[in-house]
Amino acid sequence: MSTPNSSANATIARAIAAWFFALLIFFPLLWLGLTAFKSEEQAIASELIFKPTLGSFAEVQQRSDYLLYAKNSLITSVISTILGLLIAAPAAYSMAFFRTKKTRDILMWMLSTKMMPAVGALVPVYVMAQTTGMLDSLPALIIVFTLSNLPIMVWMLYSAFKEVPNDILEAVRLDGATVWDEFRHAILPLTMGGIASTGLLCLVLAWNEAFWSLNLTSAHAGTLAALIAQYSSPEGLFWAKLSAASLLAIAPIIVFGWFSQKQLVQGLTFGAVK
Amino acid sequence: MSRFMPRVLLAPAVVTLFAWMIVPLVMTIYFSLIHYNLNQPGEHGWVGLENFRYFITDPDFWPSVLQTIELLGWVIVITVALGVGLALLVNDPFPGQGIVRVLLISPFFVMPTVNALLWKHMMMNPIYGVLGKVWTFFGATPIDWMTDWPLLSVIIILSWQWLPFACLIFITSLQSLDREQMEAAGMDGANAVHKFWYLTLPHLGRSIAVVIMIEMIFLMSVFAEIFTTTSGGPGNESTNLAFLIYKQALMSFDVGVASAGALFAVVLANIAAVFLIRMVGKNLD
Repeated sequence: MSTPNSSANATIARAIAAWFFALLIFFPLLWLGLTAFKSEEQAIASELIFKPTLGSFAEVQQRSDYLLYAKNSLITSVISTILGLLIAAPAAYSMAFFRTKKTRDILMWMLSTKMMPAVGALVPVYVMAQTTGMLDSLPALIIVFTLSNLPIMVWMLYSAFKEVPNDILEAVRLDGATVWDEFRHAILPLTMGGIASTGLLCLVLAWNEAFWSLNLTSAHAGTLAALIAQYSSPEGLFWAKLSAASLLAIAPIIVFGWFSQKQLVQGLTFGAVK
Repeated sequence: MSRFMPRVLLAPAVVTLFAWMIVPLVMTIYFSLIHYNLNQPGEHGWVGLENFRYFITDPDFWPSVLQTIELLGWVIVITVALGVGLALLVNDPFPGQGIVRVLLISPFFVMPTVNALLWKHMMMNPIYGVLGKVWTFFGATPIDWMTDWPLLSVIIILSWQWLPFACLIFITSLQSLDREQMEAAGMDGANAVHKFWYLTLPHLGRSIAVVIMIEMIFLMSVFAEIFTTTSGGPGNESTNLAFLIYKQALMSFDVGVASAGALFAVVLANIAAVFLIRMVGKNLD
């Protein structure tokens, strides 16, 4: 049996350990944030005390149009998430409430398409984009993002819908409700958390997607993930500029993530937590 | 509700995903059987299985298969082990719990290109990087990570990126752990290790399976992190299968051989998928 005093000590020890590891894990991002406000000379000197400057940000905006890339990232991630939800929700609904022998196979097949290395499909997709004139265009990215997130979306929504008690659905159906009524008045209110969390995760995944945006875009449809690649080649001192560009690219989604983390976690368990 | 309604609702997702899978697959199979080099336009002769032979006998082939598996295995082991540890640490209330959680989860939102460049330059650079300074501070010789330990560097970078995800899922799972049962076990004289082994770990079983599955799906085809850090080198030391295919397609311009490699990767993905179905498929019911 532990006395109140020793358990208070244990809590303090646990708090210190937790803070230590959290700061350790967060440190690289903190360092990135600090470096973004340094001059190039201070950046490689790893000085802790320095006079903050916005010089690197100004240079990033001058060298490449940050706002254009940010706009592309926003458009592609939001539209692909909405499109994905519209296609995935009916499928998840159908599989969760009208199970057949094939349901599990279909789910696993969908997930297995996600395991194919994207690089394997690169040449065909590139050729298709080229012949349809969609190379370096936002619609091409939106389509690719939607399709590559679709399996995860179907699975997350399926897990969320399966939590809805069957008797509620039967009651609604006895009242002669249509599919749409049933979805809107019974399922949607009960699974709003899971749906929101699915959307949030896919928004994050699309925002951070690097492979397709690196390979299918150049000057017009480039996203922030592609912008960063421009600052990756060492030419003279470049750490402060790289940090400033990186901070600009990740800040929107990190702040968004901080505010939505409680919501995000709800559905992230993929039905593993009962 | 008509009999066909469920199928109608399912159709759009199945049809689009099927097209997304089958069209590139058919084209890849076709490319893999012809001579197709971007540097030699116009020559698209039938070569049978020559591209496959070339890809499999490439001296980089077996190392990259092995490194794909090593990468996958180590990142999964590290993130699951540390993730469980951290989740247990932050599970009960303590001052600043909310902020600690926000800090822990942050790397999950960082895009792979930023993550990779941040580590490559500002952390792992032997002269100016933070790790180098720490090594020097303790009187040790700084490590040239990207040159001497390329695969380990990529593993560290990927683990940092995936740890928050694993941690989050375990935190959520721990919240549904039966506290009364834990207390009862404590009363009966079970120590912390016993409680962890017989109560906590079995409770986490399902979520560990899910973490392994999701990480496997994403880590099988890791690309951006290798592309922006080591470019698969030095030599082939940090090349995985996805990167080897990329090298064939866009650095040697040989689409035929790259397509043969892609088909090999598809087979590997399917083997992994069968393994996953055995492991976590039952969790879906």
